[in-house]
Amino acid sequence: MKNEGMETTYTIPVGPIHPALKEPIRLDLKVDGEEIVDVDVIVGQVHRGIEWLGMNRNNPIQNIYLAERVCGICSASHPFAYVMAVEQAAGITPPERADYIRVIIAEIERIHSHLLWAGVAAHEVGFDSVFYLVWRVREKVMDLTEYLTGNRNSKAMYQIGGVRRDITEEQFPQIRKTLDYYQTIFNQLKTVFLDDRTIRMRTKNVGILKTEDALKLLVCGPTGRASGVTKDVRQDQAYGAYADMDIKAITPDVLTGTVVGDIYDRIVVRLLEVKQSIEIIERCLDEIPPGAILAEPKMAKVLNTLKKAEGEGVGRHEAPRGECIHYVRLESGRETLAIWRIRAPTYVNLMAVPTMLKGAQLADVPIVFASIDPCISCTNRAIVVDLKTKMKTLLTDEELHQLCVEKTRRLSNELAR
Amino acid sequence: MEILSPEEIVESFKAALGSNFIDSKIYQREIAVKRNLFQAIWIYVKRQAFQPAVEHICKLQKYPHLSIISSSDLGDSVELIYHFTIYYGQHLKELSLGLCLNLPKNDLKIPTITDIIPGALFAERETQEMMGVEVVGIPDNRRLFLPEDFPEGVYPWRKDEKGPHDLLRVLPGREKK
Repeated sequence: MKNEGMETTYTIPVGPIHPALKEPIRLDLKVDGEEIVDVDVIVGQVHRGIEWLGMNRNNPIQNIYLAERVCGICSASHPFAYVMAVEQAAGITPPERADYIRVIIAEIERIHSHLLWAGVAAHEVGFDSVFYLVWRVREKVMDLTEYLTGNRNSKAMYQIGGVRRDITEEQFPQIRKTLDYYQTIFNQLKTVFLDDRTIRMRTKNVGILKTEDALKLLVCGPTGRASGVTKDVRQDQAYGAYADMDIKAITPDVLTGTVVGDIYDRIVVRLLEVKQSIEIIERCLDEIPPGAILAEPKMAKVLNTLKKAEGEGVGRHEAPRGECIHYVRLESGRETLAIWRIRAPTYVNLMAVPTMLKGAQLADVPIVFASIDPCISCTNRAIVVDLKTKMKTLLTDEELHQLCVEKTRRLSNELAR
Repeated sequence: MEILSPEEIVESFKAALGSNFIDSKIYQREIAVKRNLFQAIWIYVKRQAFQPAVEHICKLQKYPHLSIISSSDLGDSVELIYHFTIYYGQHLKELSLGLCLNLPKNDLKIPTITDIIPGALFAERETQEMMGVEVVGIPDNRRLFLPEDFPEGVYPWRKDEKGPHDLLRVLPGREKK
């Protein structure tokens, strides 16, 4: 840290707080009055050593369940990337029907994740009625997940060489019904989020990330696309059923005509991606080929193949938050993986948080931080250092959230006048 | 931007790096119904050619995307793989490019690439603390994930005597092969 001399004297750490989602990360904010001068991101409070377990304790099939638990929300993205990496390393080709089922599940997850984020974002700016509305709407897709996989979140659908459960013709009407529901309320959601004057005031030109910074800081997913980086693994690389479709990365200029790279643009991108996901699932239902769902249904046989296999593979999937990559290496004669390396999208998106927050106001911290949709897994802390008084204080969750809510109230009152 | 085929990319690496180019591997597989190609390239280079190789990747794509640095303990040496993607932003044109290099255990040093790709910082900090590879010239030398009271000289990803063996109480891990 550069300003070390200034912050050594007064440090008052008070309790853990959460600037955005209820997950553990610490932001050290250096402020001059209300304005943020510098930010330091401190991670590692929930490092669980999952890769180590995969390399020392579990066999490659047990690892699928571990990969599913890397993240509570992206419980389809990690296993998706993982099974692709293992399939590459061992030379297994999944049946085409499995490719389509994988994509359907992954897109259902994207709808649920983006709606969850929209609710959190509304809560952060103090619009709790919208938060309740969005999360009520989200229940439909959770019900659909339960209907298809037997569980609301941990889906356990992915298997090396295919998927564990089929999606049958009898289930299609239920999926279509849910998708139609989202089609009908899409415009309502759009009005709530994009046309509300107070939301516009809180999100327009706040937390800007320019295209060039986004490219240099390797930002991915909706955060990157909102800054004009047309990077979307579903569009760029052939994998799963996405390879059969002409998917186009969504940038905010589709709707607004320009790319600013602010929070508003991130809302635009995520909203449009919900619509895109609906279209992808509909296409999958129309075009899904018949056939088997597993390349090899006997798991003991698969394990045996994997034990003998020698090779490496890299699986990439566009998770709701951005590119998720798993690198796997198999050595013959070894029951566990030789190497397993996971990178979740927030890993790189966090690098952009200092750039977004510099020059912003303290009351903007929760919404700016939430706008990258961070996924860190619980005990956040923010230390605030005032450069003028050299006082270091730790704001609590409630205080910071209150600041954010007050700013919204102030702006709406000014509007009303 | 001109898009080269995987073979042409390998040739361009050979021309740019000369005798420092060791080997290459092209992986292709057909995907789903339309049989579009998934493509990945692995380039193996000598460690002294690391920086020229990264600069060469920057010539292929102005801002290459560095996904992650993976590292493996091979016994006498440590293998680092820089997982890049190039040609993103265009339909099915993206290539995964793994830049692989070997560092002998007695000289685990690699120059930083944060001057070219600032976003590589987290990956470099993690490689440093987890594998014990010193990143020369790194702008931020602190640990990333490991807590401050984690013992010095123990690296969780190592499989030799510097691994976290003394710290494992519950799960001793599987036997070595």
